Amino acid sequence: MTIMPPGFTEGAFRAVLAEISAIVGQEWIFTAEEDLYTYRDSYSPLWDTPDERLASAGVAPASVEELQAVVKVAAKHRLPIYPISTGKNLGYGGAAPNYSGSVVIDLKRMNRILEIDETRCFALVEPGVSYFDLYNEIQKRGSNLWIDCPEPGWGSVLGNALERGIGYTHTNYRDHWGAHCGLEVVLANGEVMRTGMGAMPGAQTWQDNPYGFGPLVDGLFSQGNFGIVTKMGIRLMAAPEGLRAGNIQVSRYRDIIPLVAKLNHLESQTMIDGLPQITSPVFGGIVEPPNPEITKLLATAGGASDEALEAFANGKPYWNLRVLMYGPETVTAAKWEYVQTQFRQVLPEATFSESTTYKLPLSAEAQEALSIIDLAMERKVTFGLPNLGIFLMGARSPVFPTPSDGHIWFSPIIPRSGEAIIKAQNVFAKALLEKGVFTGGNAAMPASIIPRCFLMIFPVFLSHDDLEQNKHALATIDYLIEIAAQNGWGEYRAAPALQDKIMGTYDFGEHALRRFIERLKDAVDPDGILAAGRCGIWPKNLREGRR
Amino acid sequence: MKQLTMTFFVLMGLVPATESFADPSTEQLVHGKAIYEHWCAPCHAASQHAPGTVALTFKYKREVPPVLVMRQDLDPDMIKYFARNGVSIMPSFRKTEISDPDLDALAEFIATNAKRSAP
Repeated sequence: MTIMPPGFTEGAFRAVLAEISAIVGQEWIFTAEEDLYTYRDSYSPLWDTPDERLASAGVAPASVEELQAVVKVAAKHRLPIYPISTGKNLGYGGAAPNYSGSVVIDLKRMNRILEIDETRCFALVEPGVSYFDLYNEIQKRGSNLWIDCPEPGWGSVLGNALERGIGYTHTNYRDHWGAHCGLEVVLANGEVMRTGMGAMPGAQTWQDNPYGFGPLVDGLFSQGNFGIVTKMGIRLMAAPEGLRAGNIQVSRYRDIIPLVAKLNHLESQTMIDGLPQITSPVFGGIVEPPNPEITKLLATAGGASDEALEAFANGKPYWNLRVLMYGPETVTAAKWEYVQTQFRQVLPEATFSESTTYKLPLSAEAQEALSIIDLAMERKVTFGLPNLGIFLMGARSPVFPTPSDGHIWFSPIIPRSGEAIIKAQNVFAKALLEKGVFTGGNAAMPASIIPRCFLMIFPVFLSHDDLEQNKHALATIDYLIEIAAQNGWGEYRAAPALQDKIMGTYDFGEHALRRFIERLKDAVDPDGILAAGRCGIWPKNLREGRR
Repeated sequence: MKQLTMTFFVLMGLVPATESFADPSTEQLVHGKAIYEHWCAPCHAASQHAPGTVALTFKYKREVPPVLVMRQDLDPDMIKYFARNGVSIMPSFRKTEISDPDLDALAEFIATNAKRSAP
């Protein structure tokens, strides 16, 4: 054993593990060095440093009953535990805990799809169910439902929703937390609780109405450490007949302001109901070779002048907005016609091209022909097809001749407006220039995946050999977090190494929110055994000295 | 996007469009193939969408086939090592994901298939 839970002697820890072994079986307790290696976060920016967050053991229960018994043992001995679903939240954290020495409760074996309701359009899943698993089961049943998946299909449907992950299909389904309906949770004392309608025994609408009666507590279990979620309902979309993609191009940098304003109105009416993609032919895509001139221009103090920006365009259109509309061909044709009329009213010089109309479902050939990593184009995830293509980013290729050993994401949310894009491009170009970091793109670009906001997301790459590079990456993101907060932009999700820092920026009313959550934490998990430190929430015995 | 388009234009010529499977002849190999298809193929199949295949294409420049099941230089221990330790952006895989018996079957499937693919 390489690391003990804090406060435990090796003998005491072995005695607790023996108790747990009687519950889950010795086969499902992992303490050997080679096994603990697999509980490290492969994308940790603290890799191989004294600060790396490490598990003392992995424990893998197979059922809610086993999990309850394990939690009761942990509570009795005040053993810190840290649950994972599939452990594939890479870029935002892997299978490793926030608090070194915690025992990882690995829920991958709890992988049953308990229900898929064809007519009410939902599934009920356990934590170990991946997007691949749910997709395959839907196909096997000949079901006519779609999943909405994030980029990597091996993630947990339940875990991703709890993390407030996002997908790529219809506006109603991309916010995975927003699409959840009903939780079952094992609490710190080992009790099982169901939320929403599920609190009523024999509930008939647990996966239909998320609210139940009285105060709503589901949010405590999202990016939280108040319980271990063992079941979750997720809404599924009835497979659409088709998808239409159209492009709107504008030539001036500041055209982004009316472009986004009109987009917002059309999305609010669901005239545009797929993922809108904003790209810039002038700035290039996310895996473009570095062009420091672009970053320098965008970093101009007070913002670059219109003249300088337009001279740089050299005749290229500044922005391309690609909009997606799901539905039967006649409906999407009418929507596209209306969308063009609306954009013409505010941008008379805009040009339009209708690129593609997809008849669904896609054939295997049509799936293989989809774009791979061109984020401006329809990809497998646009059609709810789970895959791992996104890992091309960072894998060895002419764009990345030295492959990375992973990355962490910097993911601030900014307003869905052209003014905010202009401001954010200026602020982040200046910051990245100061830090000398290439993030895989020449300009911070707005991702529209979160409905009603933009995510100015970019990766910072890591190495298992060059620990100085990782130190620099972490320092860069630390700096970016501060700069973002000064502008009123906060991160939506982050790796454990960044969570204290980020929670610290949500400090309205002298940290009123964090203090409120901490009071709740102390009440329902008084010994602080559950996921200590998750998202900056520490139990009272570990709070001091961390601020 | 020009650079990216060029990259994948080049790739189209390099990445094999199909992979040859030996018919699994034993229960162990059938099981190994199922594990391969679930855990390995999304990154290592013969497809431009497979990042592992793309990375190995550029790493070995045609010296060895970039598709795992077409390699002839992989022995079971090597396959097991990479599954448990990861490499580059490929993370390590836990025993709750691929159990030891699953990994034995997987390694045997890939290594056996590689031998049969040998000229």
